[in-house]
Amino acid sequence: MSKETNKEMNPVEPYLRMDRMPHIWCSGCGIGIVVNCFVRALQKSKVDINKLAVVSGIGCTGRIAGYFKVDSFHTTHGRPIPFATGLKTARPDMNVWVFSGEGDLVSIGGNHFIHAARRNADLKVICVNNFTYAMTGGQVGPTAPLHSIATTAPYGTYDQPFNLPFLAESSGAVYVARWTTFHVRQLVKSMQEIKNKPGFSFLEVIAPCPTIYQRRNRLGDGLAGMRYYKERSKVVNGADTRNVDIKLGGDIIVGKFIDRDRPTQLEAMDQELSHKLGDKYVPYPTGVER
Amino acid sequence: MKADPKGVLTGAHFLDGDHACCEGALAAGCRCAFGYPITPSTEVVERISRRFPMVGGVFLQMEDEIGSSIAIQGAAWGGKKVMTVSSGPGISLMMEHIGLAAMTETPCVFVNVQRGGPSTGLPTLTGQADMMQARWGSHGDYETIAICPNSPQECFDLAIDAFNLAEQYRIPVMFMMDESVGHMTERVVIPEADEIDIVERRYTKKPPSDDYELYALEDDNPFVPPMPPVGEGYRFHVTGLTHDDKGYPAMDAQTQQKLIRRIVDKIRLNADAIAKYEEYQTEDADIILVAYGITSRVVIRTMEMAREKGLKVGVFRPVIVWPFPETRLKELMDQTKAFVVAELNYGQVVLEVERLVAGRAKVVLAGHGGGDIHDPKEILRLVEEVAK
Repeated sequence: MSKETNKEMNPVEPYLRMDRMPHIWCSGCGIGIVVNCFVRALQKSKVDINKLAVVSGIGCTGRIAGYFKVDSFHTTHGRPIPFATGLKTARPDMNVWVFSGEGDLVSIGGNHFIHAARRNADLKVICVNNFTYAMTGGQVGPTAPLHSIATTAPYGTYDQPFNLPFLAESSGAVYVARWTTFHVRQLVKSMQEIKNKPGFSFLEVIAPCPTIYQRRNRLGDGLAGMRYYKERSKVVNGADTRNVDIKLGGDIIVGKFIDRDRPTQLEAMDQELSHKLGDKYVPYPTGVER
Repeated sequence: MKADPKGVLTGAHFLDGDHACCEGALAAGCRCAFGYPITPSTEVVERISRRFPMVGGVFLQMEDEIGSSIAIQGAAWGGKKVMTVSSGPGISLMMEHIGLAAMTETPCVFVNVQRGGPSTGLPTLTGQADMMQARWGSHGDYETIAICPNSPQECFDLAIDAFNLAEQYRIPVMFMMDESVGHMTERVVIPEADEIDIVERRYTKKPPSDDYELYALEDDNPFVPPMPPVGEGYRFHVTGLTHDDKGYPAMDAQTQQKLIRRIVDKIRLNADAIAKYEEYQTEDADIILVAYGITSRVVIRTMEMAREKGLKVGVFRPVIVWPFPETRLKELMDQTKAFVVAELNYGQVVLEVERLVAGRAKVVLAGHGGGDIHDPKEILRLVEEVAK
């Protein structure tokens, strides 16, 4: 089989479980673009793919783990971050990525999100934000812009949405960026940057959901979504995250907002214990330079 | 394989059950634990957080029990022997992940220091009312192993068994202590490391390849597939969805039946191998007291008082309650007239005894709401009534 590699092949194929194609995502969905960008980022950074794991929760984005040909874990709803924390703790040499939707990560999983950021768990967290619970048919989510329509907000949502970069920054993330699926080059670059950045990195990707969110809110098809991102996104690197909230039909502030350094969870643990316990401390193999 | 001496605190100690449980986990090779404080199990995680940094282990206190119960599974797939520790309300929060561990066949240990419930119940007082939850508390069909120590010594000894069984059968093992046992302080003798048998993780012998099947059986083991190491190129996929041998989701009844049949059968069909029980004076017993955990110590006194009165009473104590030691109970059933099941609830394990006895002997419940242990005299009164 391996001798026949001359066949025409999409360069992303070695990274994907082609035996699971076609995937479940709708045409016009943005999740495939995120997968594509991730592959490009890995190709450019010549990462050891065997030392990389992908962890997902439940939902449309949660299915990424199943298509990515690495050690991959499709866990429970809202819980990919604590699973990934366990995996990273057991294997500090692994590069652990979490891909999940906004409902998974900041609604049901919101508590894990803020605490992992607070502790600076060494995880790369990619949140695909499509403003709705798409897999279950379009219920209102934690980032749904005010007044948008959902099956469980049929007259429009009245709950204030989360501003995710602000939430991540104030919780302690060391890297915070937001792009849309229109910004593929920037997205790849951000993924490359966080690949080697120790600590809790957070990347929000605004993604179109033409089948559910856009149709219900009369926002057009997938192409219309991309056109909207192109026309209404404003790149403001270093923007004050308090000002990057998203309004229905409004501008989308994108860019790299935060890039700072502080000890990771395991580094901090190692420092504290070696300081306090001295010779009695038998260091846990964190892979951290001591 | 024998225990790593670094984790074994050889010698005679005066420990409570919670502390002994921590030492048992260390002796079993656990170096990675996640937890969240809750009475009456807090002393377990407190001792873990003191001891683990001295033996090259890691303990992380999580934001809640939900996080703890899945962080252990990430660490288990990362190659660690893992446990988390909690009590009633926390264990209720962990239920979804006990199902995940059953479905993905992840070896892990859940310690439940039982207290009075339901809900917040009696945080500082004892109970044994989580036995059915331990068996089937998560949704879906699965089997687990539930172990009930009745002394600090057993909190040490049986914690090692819990880890070994988790590895052997790749399941979540429920270590069902109770507040009485957890907070009881007694002599605990920890043997030399080379006297402690440890079951190591069984890894696949197949090399990494595109055709690697995560759940394919090997080594003539018809029930339990070996695990792959993470980070070695197997590039495997683990999912809580119904999955085929490759580990891929498969949404059809056939795959569901094959998978669930196996994860149920690996315990049910090995129930005799797993069974662990104790008996006292059952040889001539007309009435057998059935009890587990702390209550198995109470009924010994009842038995003694009954014997003094000339009643032929024995005790059958399942040490491992799930799977229930069915074969032995059925043997006892043929030689006895009645079973009196004593437990700190109003009828959980008694249902299993009734099912097995199926009307061929009398089965009577000595129930108790929890918060305290039975008065052995009250159980005796019941025994005397049954004897009439």
